[in-house]
Amino acid sequence: MGMQLQCKDVSLGYDGKTVLQGLNFMISAGDYLCILGENGSGKSTLMKALLGLHPPVRGEIQFCGDVSQKEIGYLPQQTIVQRDFPASVQEIVLSGCLSRMGFRPFYTKQERELAGEMMKKLGIPDLGKRCYRELSGGQQQRVLLARALCSAQKMLLLDEPVTGLDAKATHEMYELIAELNREDAITILMISHDIQASVKYASHILHIGGRQLFYGEKSKYLESKVGQAFLAMGGTSS
Amino acid sequence: MNLWDTLVYYFQFPFVQYAMIVGLLIALCSSLLGVTLVLKRFSFIGDGLSHVAFGAMAVSSSLNAVIQIENDMMIVLPVTVLAAVLLLRTSQNAKIKGDALIAMISVGALAIGYLLMNLFSDSPNISGDVCGTLFGATSILTLTSAEVWLCVIMAVIVIAVFLLFYHKIFAVTFDENFASATGINANAYNLLIAVITALIIVLAMNLVGSLLISALIIFPSLSAMRLFRSFRSVILCSAVISVICAGMGIILSILCSTPVGSTIVAADLVVFLVCSGLSRILSEKFRS
Repeated sequence: MGMQLQCKDVSLGYDGKTVLQGLNFMISAGDYLCILGENGSGKSTLMKALLGLHPPVRGEIQFCGDVSQKEIGYLPQQTIVQRDFPASVQEIVLSGCLSRMGFRPFYTKQERELAGEMMKKLGIPDLGKRCYRELSGGQQQRVLLARALCSAQKMLLLDEPVTGLDAKATHEMYELIAELNREDAITILMISHDIQASVKYASHILHIGGRQLFYGEKSKYLESKVGQAFLAMGGTSS
Repeated sequence: MNLWDTLVYYFQFPFVQYAMIVGLLIALCSSLLGVTLVLKRFSFIGDGLSHVAFGAMAVSSSLNAVIQIENDMMIVLPVTVLAAVLLLRTSQNAKIKGDALIAMISVGALAIGYLLMNLFSDSPNISGDVCGTLFGATSILTLTSAEVWLCVIMAVIVIAVFLLFYHKIFAVTFDENFASATGINANAYNLLIAVITALIIVLAMNLVGSLLISALIIFPSLSAMRLFRSFRSVILCSAVISVICAGMGIILSILCSTPVGSTIVAADLVVFLVCSGLSRILSEKFRS
């Protein structure tokens, strides 16, 4: 498996304050990496750094192989603006194609077909004309996931993809992501604080809290002190 | 004379034709951008800017008493664009309370503007001037052909920019985070939106006056959002509503000799109420 991304001794911070330091990890094609950490542990800062929106204070984030920084499909958390936004599903999914549009002011036929394909893949082929704000939470996440897949098909960065979903929709979302990882060999980077699901689905775990607490395969994480402590905590709180 | 003859009679005058052309163009531009501004929660920036434009207008007319200025636009336009950029910058900076700053700037500009007008204006009817600038009483009917051309050119620019960047504006409005993650310079587009907003506000000052501009931006898009569910249909509908309301408003104000600006805004308000009622009826039907 080819390496796609490598972090070498990366420190991240704002205005001279370091939020997260000592990051050393690498991601290979087809990995399913869960980034765990409590609130304020630096998860969202790391995410911004991976997307290239926030340069590291020290060290470097290297993309190699067939993936560049702009080829990460991103599933952000929903914003308040989106909850009552008048937009059709098709308009939203198509906007994933914007990155390759340059200054061309319209979408091509291929891009429309790609959007249709991705909607089919995610089980929402008939929603194109529907209004985004009238969909269920699970359907909305699928729409945003289809948009992410339109922008990139090798690596997905998911920011707490099950926030606000009920138990059934959460399960379906996790299964869908696992399927994309398994069958389309899409590398998954998922930010999460759902330890149970992370342990169930991920191949690798990165646990952060101001610094890198653990990075490695899931089986090793389960044996590690950090992992057992966090698992015990997650078990009681949820 | 019946109503039709009265209208035909009035439309023979070039100043009425000018008012109609300018009014419809401004209504079109403001409604296009209004959807984005409302959805991005930027409506307040429009309001703040309109007050800044009033302040700038006052400064310009006071300066006019000292040095001759060809066109008020030469001062009002750059000042308002600059204020748009500043307001946008600060509203992105979480450390400064953006809404308080905007409130401060808008009332500050109003106060200074009125003060300057009183101190330096050589006009015999100051309160008439102030009222005109705030509510757009007569300026729409005294447009010169140069001002009409300026307005047409700016409107063409606004519409062209909007059509060219339509999909990007949609992406930045719907999800700024995703847009910037895929390599779209969201800040640049926010800046573009702010600058165009400033342009429209300066243009619209002639039509409805600076206090009522926000209505022109907000009402049509809110009405359209009651009825339609995709971004494109909302924009189209809001453009149609805005143009029709402006047209009706201008015609009504001619027939009933009411002030142009407030008649247009009243028409917008009525349409908004109708749309709200319709959407309620439709959603109840949908449920049952």
